[in-house]
Amino acid sequence: MSQSGTLVWLASHELRLSWRDWVAMMTVGHRRRMRTIAIALVVVAGFMHLMAYSMVRRYALTGIEPDMATLVVVTGIMLLALSPLLSQAMELVTRVFYSRSDLDLILTSPVSPRKIFSVRIGRIAVEVALFAMLLATPFVNVMAVLGGARWLAAYGVAAAMGAVATALAVALTLALFRTIGAKRTRLIAQIVAAVIGAAFVIGLQIAAILSYGSLSLSPLQSAWLIAHVPDIGSPAWWPARAVLGDPAALILVAVISIALLGAAILIFAPRFGDDVLAAASVSQAVVQQRRWSKTFRCRPVSRTLRQKEWTLLARDPWLMSQTLMQILYLLPAALFLWHTFHSGTDAYVLLVPMMVMAAGHLGGNLAWLSISGEDAPDLVVTAPISAQRIIWAKIEAVMGGIAVIFAPLVAALAFASVRPALAAGMGILVTAASATLIQLCFRTQARRSQFRHRQVSSSRIATFAEAFSSIAWAATSALAAAGIWLASLFLGLIAISILAGVWLINPPDTQAHAAR
Amino acid sequence: MHSPTPAAIMRQAKRPIALATRGLTKCFDRPAVDALDLTVYCGEFYALVGPNGAGKTTTLRMVVGLLRPDAGTIAIEGIDALADPIAAKQITAWLSDEPMIYDKLTPFEYLEFVAGLWRIDSGVAEARARELIGWLGLEPHAHERCEGLSRGMKQKVALAGALVHDPRLIIFDEPLTGLDAGSARQVKNALRERVAAGATVIMTTHILEVAERMADRIGIIAHGRLIAEGTLDELHRRTGKIAASLEDTFLTLVAEPVATA
Repeated sequence: MSQSGTLVWLASHELRLSWRDWVAMMTVGHRRRMRTIAIALVVVAGFMHLMAYSMVRRYALTGIEPDMATLVVVTGIMLLALSPLLSQAMELVTRVFYSRSDLDLILTSPVSPRKIFSVRIGRIAVEVALFAMLLATPFVNVMAVLGGARWLAAYGVAAAMGAVATALAVALTLALFRTIGAKRTRLIAQIVAAVIGAAFVIGLQIAAILSYGSLSLSPLQSAWLIAHVPDIGSPAWWPARAVLGDPAALILVAVISIALLGAAILIFAPRFGDDVLAAASVSQAVVQQRRWSKTFRCRPVSRTLRQKEWTLLARDPWLMSQTLMQILYLLPAALFLWHTFHSGTDAYVLLVPMMVMAAGHLGGNLAWLSISGEDAPDLVVTAPISAQRIIWAKIEAVMGGIAVIFAPLVAALAFASVRPALAAGMGILVTAASATLIQLCFRTQARRSQFRHRQVSSSRIATFAEAFSSIAWAATSALAAAGIWLASLFLGLIAISILAGVWLINPPDTQAHAAR
Repeated sequence: MHSPTPAAIMRQAKRPIALATRGLTKCFDRPAVDALDLTVYCGEFYALVGPNGAGKTTTLRMVVGLLRPDAGTIAIEGIDALADPIAAKQITAWLSDEPMIYDKLTPFEYLEFVAGLWRIDSGVAEARARELIGWLGLEPHAHERCEGLSRGMKQKVALAGALVHDPRLIIFDEPLTGLDAGSARQVKNALRERVAAGATVIMTTHILEVAERMADRIGIIAHGRLIAEGTLDELHRRTGKIAASLEDTFLTLVAEPVATA
């Protein structure tokens, strides 16, 4: 056992916490589920490998030459992958600042804050690197089996990308701290992380739509781009060469990424302590709330409940950033609509599933916040109102929120074509209602502050049901928008059967609300 | 705490009942509340004390509708709380030791919300809210979000929420937890004032001194059963320790086997 207070001792403590967090996330706190989870993971891994096989088989068999076009595409894909890694790393760094958890204990201990935060940054790097390697696993394995062991080098590149993403995230978050202060960073860092996560994909799609009128990676293959990138001997292509199995490039990439992470730790770890203390004072900060009227208003009970839900939703920074991201993801779709509308084609039907999927995801978030994330459950349950009325008010709050966000988009679509707009409108309402029903069936009692980790406290069945229901309604709406009625009906029935299954497993108990 | 005269006892016998539980039972892994019969009279300050895990909070959570009993009945001012919970809740207030309020609302907005839930006329509710905010020293924070308030301040906001609808039965579970001495005194005064105005207060507490000084009657609960009940003098007489403190009496009583109760 290592001596207490040393870097190794702290690192082992962090790794143990990471492992337990991961196990808790996978098992939702029930360790007896480990066997089931292991089987499910094997099945998912098998499926992912099959998918990867279908996608990369031909490249592995024919071989890939590191010519200019290949290097550009591989580098583009790596940048594409780096943006969610950077987003995740920023999210983790922000969490270190604002989640108090054990910081009070360790900051009041005689261990140097520099050591503590060096280890914390290291832990983030490990988590992000593992995430990157996990994403790459099916593709790398298939390429290695079919194309030779040299492809295993891609694991090293994935880990290096995790280290680079962490170094950049630490620098970016601390820069935000220094420029806009601890209070604003909490919200802005979340938004920046969301935008970074989406930016490259969105940018690529926008470029593709403007250039080719389709959604693809085609801008990376354009002659214009190839003509304007650095020459083939440039260090800019080392990461791509490393992925393609060049050992020298791999060593260089690994050394540079470790150096970057080391520099980030050396420069920023000593400053972390001060910034964490600054962040701690944010929770004590006063938010003076302005409102139009400082007098009580007379409202019916249902409206009082709805108003409360909407006020809390509107004051939730994380939900705001999530909503912004949903809207950002709709940008390429909107551009696609504009582009095809002007070119007179009917391809804007493709917009419908994107809108419905976004509404399903957002509806699930809103439903969790309204139904499970009740901060004052005792108050609501002991109020002289029937449980059904409370539940209806919450459902109305969710559906109202969705309607407000998506109505302008549906209206815009209606100008292009009425049928897709009708299909989108119906799909949005039905998918949001389905997400709400699933939340009602798998309601948990949680604090709103747990929203960011709602998947951890939620049932796995609820999580998958929400995702599959959203996908099924999106497909149903898209087919309805295209006028393929029979297939649309079939998929609609699948969506309904998902909800029926959820209902049968866990029927909603609207009578008791919290009285158990 | 004063001992009631025989005349007072006679009067009490004729007093209307604020809360009556009969055969109230709740089992989790083991019985938490075991066929509990509890009677609290209108206008009474009743303290429910007992060791940790005795079933105090479970009992009160069933009374206010936060837990469903496995068996038994609950009547609040003659209203069957299980058959007509809405009517029972209309005259009841609940406050737990953990202040559960909305961090993103201001105290003023929180009280407006509570008044809306209890359907109190907005004019009346606002006047009461302003009075409570002033009385609890929350004026400087009335329009700040609750997330920035200290735990004690949040407890005060929750207390104001419990009182803003002018309940006839006030049920508090450890309401003094986390409050400073001044705030604790304010709460105690508020509860005495409410009792003087005719409301009924039922309170659990671990601070036996508070029960000793404030309660008209004290119920001692252990293993989910009421093992002793009465005025302080009655409890002293039962243990044969007339000059003892409530703490001595309490420890003697809870040490007795449940079967002798």
